[in-house]
Amino acid sequence: MSAREIHGIGAPFGPAQPGAPENREFALIGKPTAKIDGLAKATGALQYADDIQLPGMLHAKTLRSPHAHARIRSIDVSAALALPGVHAVISGRDLPERYGVIPWTQDETALAVDKVRFIGDPVAAVAAVDEDTANQALRLIKVEYEPLYAYFDPRESLVRHDPVIHEDKKDGNISKHVELVFGDVEGELKASDLVVEDDYTFHGTTHAAIEPHCAVATQAADGLLTVWSSTQITHYVHRALAKVLGLDPARIRVVQPALGGAFGGKSDPFSLEFCVAKLAMITGRPVKMLWTREEVFYAHRGRHPMQLHYRTGVTKDGRIRAVDARILIDGGSYSSFGLVTTYYSGQLLTGPYDFPTYRFHSTRVFTNKPPCGPKRGHGSVQPRFAFEVQLDEVAERLGLDPIELRRRNFQGGHTRTVNGQRITSNGFLKCLEEVERASGWQQRRGKLGRGRGLGIAGSMYISGTNYPVYPNEMPQAGIQIAAERSGRVTVFTGGNDIGQGSNSMVAYIVAEELGLDLAQVRVVAADTDLCPVDLGAYSSRVTFMVGNAAIDAARKLRALIVEAVAAEWKVEQARVRLINGRVIDMQDSARSISSAQALQITEARHDTLGSTGSYNTPKLGGDYRGGTIGASPAYSFTAHVVEVQVCEETGRIRVERCWIAHDCGRALNPMIVAGQMEGSAYMGIAEALLEEHGVNRFGLHAGPSLLDYRIPTAIDTPELAARIVESLDPEGPYGAKEAGEGPLHPSIPAISNAVFDAVGIRLRHLPFTPGKVLEQLRTARAMTQGKQSGQVSRC
Amino acid sequence: MRILKLQINGDLHELAAPDHWTLLEVLRYSLQLTGSKQGCDKGDCGACTGLVDGKPVLSCLTLAATAQGHEITTIEGLLPAHRRAGGEGADPIQRAFDRCGALQCGFCQPGMMLSARALLSRNAQPTRAEIRSALSGNLCRCTGYTQIFEAVESAVCEQLGVAPKPRAWETPSPESGS
Repeated sequence: MSAREIHGIGAPFGPAQPGAPENREFALIGKPTAKIDGLAKATGALQYADDIQLPGMLHAKTLRSPHAHARIRSIDVSAALALPGVHAVISGRDLPERYGVIPWTQDETALAVDKVRFIGDPVAAVAAVDEDTANQALRLIKVEYEPLYAYFDPRESLVRHDPVIHEDKKDGNISKHVELVFGDVEGELKASDLVVEDDYTFHGTTHAAIEPHCAVATQAADGLLTVWSSTQITHYVHRALAKVLGLDPARIRVVQPALGGAFGGKSDPFSLEFCVAKLAMITGRPVKMLWTREEVFYAHRGRHPMQLHYRTGVTKDGRIRAVDARILIDGGSYSSFGLVTTYYSGQLLTGPYDFPTYRFHSTRVFTNKPPCGPKRGHGSVQPRFAFEVQLDEVAERLGLDPIELRRRNFQGGHTRTVNGQRITSNGFLKCLEEVERASGWQQRRGKLGRGRGLGIAGSMYISGTNYPVYPNEMPQAGIQIAAERSGRVTVFTGGNDIGQGSNSMVAYIVAEELGLDLAQVRVVAADTDLCPVDLGAYSSRVTFMVGNAAIDAARKLRALIVEAVAAEWKVEQARVRLINGRVIDMQDSARSISSAQALQITEARHDTLGSTGSYNTPKLGGDYRGGTIGASPAYSFTAHVVEVQVCEETGRIRVERCWIAHDCGRALNPMIVAGQMEGSAYMGIAEALLEEHGVNRFGLHAGPSLLDYRIPTAIDTPELAARIVESLDPEGPYGAKEAGEGPLHPSIPAISNAVFDAVGIRLRHLPFTPGKVLEQLRTARAMTQGKQSGQVSRC
Repeated sequence: MRILKLQINGDLHELAAPDHWTLLEVLRYSLQLTGSKQGCDKGDCGACTGLVDGKPVLSCLTLAATAQGHEITTIEGLLPAHRRAGGEGADPIQRAFDRCGALQCGFCQPGMMLSARALLSRNAQPTRAEIRSALSGNLCRCTGYTQIFEAVESAVCEQLGVAPKPRAWETPSPESGS
């Protein structure tokens, strides 16, 4: 059921109209409460996957391909197996069943079968008494390869299909192609007063969560298999394990322990989960595999490099008439989420601005590089970068203030986009206003002197989608609650807390609805033996969907308590209120019992107490093939202003400050929302200026370490100022929408736009390295020779 | 193998470990002190930071044998030390990180908090720039560092008995004119 169906139109969050927010007083919702597991994290007590140590546990390591593209002629593991301390060695033939997160594009195997497709592709795995022995055994495995021609340039993969990277694909090296047209784009472009057209490049970047991937497996004597994994989607790992191992899913338990960051990088089922399971089944002993930092860079699934071409047609007063996009997506060696990425690259651009007509033409190709996948802002950060830089150029050419241009094209709330997506609450104008005011935009932009500038960009993102990765009619999120006579209430959720605080969010909601102290609530999460299914932590779906399921379950239990207590007191149910760990009579302040007493009364009248709740999206999306991909029950909106300083001597850009305004509906916990906004902006700024996930001309990773990849330190990170905008959503839990991914998008184009304000050059090709800046400055100087001599900003 | 005598969190441990084992390996594998995290195993990330004689040290780059004769503190040692000193609850830096939202995934934070603890021991009122510098060896991927800086400042304010500065998201925005 949709939240609206569960709770009725307008309920439970008050009227849907913007400007008429619900004025209810909350005990916990909207307050900056500490997380329920904060102190466990702060004291080192919380257990992450690699902290699990089981008696008799073996350690496993992976042998990886040294070739970017090669046929495997033979594998000889006999010498490795003979090494003392080695208990098992497996290769592709032991796990030949294919998997892949999207059911229609399953092209991965746990270990390479016949072929390797990138340097780092897993080939064999060893379980040994310790890591040192396992590493020694890897060196004894003999693999004979027949190297094949390898692809590193996506433009080549578009036109050359011999050799083909995946033999059974019908379109050669093309992974997915999507072309969608909404309206008469060519006609509108012709009729436009101004058309801006240009090419843009988004490089590859990766997640670099500080916790490397790790999995542990053990099989009980009766065959029950348990796998602990650092995954952000327990449910898909569960399904994939059953398929690949040929086991009944009811005989597999998957548990996600505390997770040390993910950002999309732990969404796919990974080789190590299958390997530890298989090795545990063969040896009869627990097996752990911890990937090295270098291996995490190979595992990747990071942001797709894209080459983007945009044409935007506008009227002379700045109204958009048409947007036309052509995008080439470098998918790397496997499909992963690539089908969705290809759709998202076009489908998620249609807000917060009104596009009367729109066309996108996106093609994802395979190359012999680490596979790309979903990274924070999946598929939509790259087109957003290109388009927001193009919009800035439109403003410049029309002589309009870039914020004013964005205001003029605002699509409004409670509307429908050109591609058929339903927009509910929309606080984008307020976001613009917040960053405009906070940054002193009107007084400061263009007036900071050469070398210093301000830039704006906006964006929109989904709060989950109504497209479950495998088609089914079951709820996307489920919750079970068990209440006990001591007053303790345990919430069981399949949702994955990946550091974003979803377990705390669930606890806040249940405590709010049942009037409990937070200390009375426990959360058991992401354990397939104990918890109802949730589709996992991706697409910014958890707060919206799991939150609504939690409200649903808690209100059912509350109804039982209210009914029982009202009957006990012989009063009308409307007089019974649950608040702050007590149940009170609204008309007789002398009558008040603890929530434990209330649960005892309820248990005596009903039965052992519990309830279930669920959430599913309403039917959403355009009525065309792919129309549901990117269709979300609610969209978040963001605007950033970035202040940069550009050193014209060295070409170095320094972001000094970033103002972030984000419309997250209701902030269920503003401190956690602000943390998501700051972390998102930090990550976007890092992608623009420092980070690059690339390979050299042999396909070897250019720098598989945190130092070489250059994630920002505390010194590199600018001052981040988060401003929360609350446009209460009619269907989100208490009006909430997402906050974890949207606020990344504008930071990257805002930097480019700020550099234009600072030194008059347009950076269209990421990353914005000093070399590129210097080159463009030289070109610009050559074009305006003499006019600006002596005007070089230094740092 | 080698017999090691290590003074960790106030206790003397005598144990056998391979010659090449780092302090991180001994902490995690021999003593199950898994609060020290392995993020890169090459000195880049700082998640394994421990205190050796009160100074932050990368335990993944410290040979266990060389840590003998020194006082080692891991994240597990902070709360008990605070209690031994007559305090309640957790160490003030741990409480500040919890209170200020600095703990997202939490993986980098044991090392981060020990670096912060070391900073506050030598400089009771650090500036924002000094905090940035002291924590620059500890990479965090979740927070953008802001709530970490705020947590350290909040711990300082608590010590001084003054209220911390409001954070950007706490200040109400003025009513717009338009």
